Amino acid sequence: MKFTLNVWRQEGPTASGRFEDYQVTDIAPEMSFLEMLDALNEQLVQQGKRAVEFDSDCREGICGTCGLVINGKAHGPKQACTTCELRMRHYSDGSTITVEPFRATGFPVIRDLVVDRSAFDRIIAAGGYISTNTGSAPDANAIPIAKAIAEKAMDSAACIGCGACVAACPNASASLFVGAKLNQLSLLPQGEAERGRRAVRMVEQMDAEGFGNCSNHGECEAACPKEISIKVISRMRRDALRASFGRL
Amino acid sequence: MSTNSTRLDARIPDGNLQDKWSNHKGSIKLVNPANKRKYKVIVVGTGLAGGAAAATLAELGYNVQSFCIQDSPRRAHSVAAQGGINAAKNYQNDGDSEYRLFYDTIKGGDYRAREANVYRLAQLSTSIIDQCVAAGVPFAREYGGTLANRSFGGAQVSRTFYARGQTGQQLLLGAYSGLMRQVDAGRVELFSRREMLELVMVEGRARGIICRNLVTGEVEKYAADAVCIATGGYSTVFFLSTMAVNCNASAIWRCYKHGAMFGNPCFTQIHPTCLPQSGKDQSKLTLMSESLRNDGRVWVPKTKGDKRPPQDIPESERDYYLERKYPAFGNLAPRDIASRAAKEVCDAGYGVGPTGYSVYLDFGEAVDRLGEKTIRERYGNLFSMYHEITDEDPYRQPMRIYPAPHYTMGGLWVDYNLMTTVPGLYALGEANFSDHGANRLGASALMQGLADGYFVLPTTISDYLAEHRPDGLTADDAAFDASMKQVSDRTQRLLSVNGKKTVREYHWQLGRILWEEVGMARHDKGLKSAISDIQSLRQDFWNDVQIGGQGEEFNKNLEFAGRVADFLELGELMARDALERKESCGGHFRTEYQTDDGEALRNDEDFCHVAAWEYQGEDAVPARHTESLDFENVKLSQRSYK
Repeated sequence: MKFTLNVWRQEGPTASGRFEDYQVTDIAPEMSFLEMLDALNEQLVQQGKRAVEFDSDCREGICGTCGLVINGKAHGPKQACTTCELRMRHYSDGSTITVEPFRATGFPVIRDLVVDRSAFDRIIAAGGYISTNTGSAPDANAIPIAKAIAEKAMDSAACIGCGACVAACPNASASLFVGAKLNQLSLLPQGEAERGRRAVRMVEQMDAEGFGNCSNHGECEAACPKEISIKVISRMRRDALRASFGRL
Repeated sequence: MSTNSTRLDARIPDGNLQDKWSNHKGSIKLVNPANKRKYKVIVVGTGLAGGAAAATLAELGYNVQSFCIQDSPRRAHSVAAQGGINAAKNYQNDGDSEYRLFYDTIKGGDYRAREANVYRLAQLSTSIIDQCVAAGVPFAREYGGTLANRSFGGAQVSRTFYARGQTGQQLLLGAYSGLMRQVDAGRVELFSRREMLELVMVEGRARGIICRNLVTGEVEKYAADAVCIATGGYSTVFFLSTMAVNCNASAIWRCYKHGAMFGNPCFTQIHPTCLPQSGKDQSKLTLMSESLRNDGRVWVPKTKGDKRPPQDIPESERDYYLERKYPAFGNLAPRDIASRAAKEVCDAGYGVGPTGYSVYLDFGEAVDRLGEKTIRERYGNLFSMYHEITDEDPYRQPMRIYPAPHYTMGGLWVDYNLMTTVPGLYALGEANFSDHGANRLGASALMQGLADGYFVLPTTISDYLAEHRPDGLTADDAAFDASMKQVSDRTQRLLSVNGKKTVREYHWQLGRILWEEVGMARHDKGLKSAISDIQSLRQDFWNDVQIGGQGEEFNKNLEFAGRVADFLELGELMARDALERKESCGGHFRTEYQTDDGEALRNDEDFCHVAAWEYQGEDAVPARHTESLDFENVKLSQRSYK
């Protein structure tokens, strides 16, 4: 297969960016989208040109490092799929593909397709944990947790922190990310003690990082590679609101 | 050329096996709680071992600096572990115990691990599960609300705890949340997108590190009272492996060059259930969790070169070779054995798929027995991952799998306290060599990472720190500037080659050599040729590599180049170690040493030891030291899974 790539190039956080066109050929349909970009970079380096910078690590959809906006869609056209899992067979031979970084105020561009998502770490640091010191835990079976509750908590815990929800949201809101963590921890009895304080602090930090508000577009749920439900956002709002009135 | 070195004192405590760890804890020197905050500890790596250690050390009151190459600590490659974590809870009442977990691990490692370390690991395994549940890890549960378990390769009890097919992710996020809690409390200073490129030694002790800031390219220096390395394994040396593309050996390699001995570098694990290799464009081999072998049956056609689609091959013409050869364990035979068996049938011409180098993993019988719904519940995410990559539906046709480099049992040599041969330098998790011998059992990596990080290191480090009080050393010391200059010079050297071949090309070539000669089957002649091939490839690299870009900027190609340069040295050490170990054990299979029915033939007389390699300078042959392994509680026997 061969493709024309329309790739966002930007030398640094303050530099102005632009799209550049590249041709790639001999692309096998079973290659992943990132392997196709690897092939492009091999070609560029051999020509003495600067490789296109993009982030990736596990290349199996679990670490959350990769993330590109492909033809306008975060992580590309497939449901429940990260950029690294996406295969070239989903594109028609000879087509033009536009590749951009995840764009949001909270995710400044570092170079080309690489963005800074450290805001997510700061949000987790603002209470996205259960305060328990190593060694102080009771026996793991001391507190039974209904299978259905554990499964629901796991649905939320599946978040990989990639930021596709932010990239897809017209408001660049991080509500799906924050809601997922709050939901996981508040469903579990271990997380109950800090439930209210946690919701207030994490939402405040999200706002401070420059992410927008949720206005129920639902784009986040559609883009989420782990199919996390937008319902987590309603729980986040309820908890944060109740806690701010001292009711949680 | 080998010496049983007095420098390799494992410092194993006295007493009965069961009492060693508690005796040791009782005699370790402590640091007064009020004095802990005067110490600074560097932890490099934020996976299960590094993340848990940094969080726990900070809880204890130490000042911690935590470093990772990823953009966030949550992305360390522990995240990708799928199947589960072992613990001797015996919740299933199926006869499990600390001793049984210990015994399985020692036997699984083909009697090449230390008894005392492995027993401690089994003892700590239960506390790990308690800790993780308390931290909010949503393990799978039964309807009554208790924790669920499953069985895993190499064990006959159900002792594996799991969170769907994402156990590593959930455990890592648990450790990460504990780490971020300490960042919130101001006791951990977090440095992400930093790559450790030098270890700083002052008066014979590890006192700091030099990093490259991967965003700006600046070289930075950090001083501390102790340095802990938790940077994972080195399977990426094979280019194609199940590891993340950024996994590397550079941090442990710097330590090796400063005198930390490297234990058993040739002990690498080739995982039996991975997607097969297809072409040169592939960037990694995706693992399909070993848990699939609980319900999937492995087979090849009985006729060589049978090209019929699998569904057209009748039952009587299929060879379920694992069930045939190992009736007691069947498809759950340990990884090294299952991998070798796959290679054997493919080498003999029975393999399937376009290259003839894959075997079937078939769920047909399980779907008939349990229904598609149950299979979907158990393995849904793995099946969809497989479907997306191969465009084949595993509910309708068998998966095709083949072994791939996965885990490295070898690593920095450490004593019972996890300290390397360099004072003040510790190694944790996969970065050390300690607990798995010549082969790791499934669901034991997560256990070891968290045992080291949550419980062992935070306890043992005070023994050293109490003896080495803070002395006011800062990164202004001249030793730091000298190390920084080494890092900058090396970067310049890499960039100035300005040749014609890409970094990836070299890495790919190195991977080919290692896969062919230092992979699943090794022999004298092949290992010797691997050593000379790697030497000439390394020379070629420094003459003809093309990187592009600058040092003082975000430059992924430069990062990869530095790592590949180190792999080109490490690969040679692996081959050297494999050459000197003239026996077969676990994942190290020398074709010259096998039993009549093709199983690994150990030589306990001459090789019941750890080989620890000491750096002797550029282009000099490293020195091989040995630490003999004494088995007082288990009887060495020919490992049998029949």
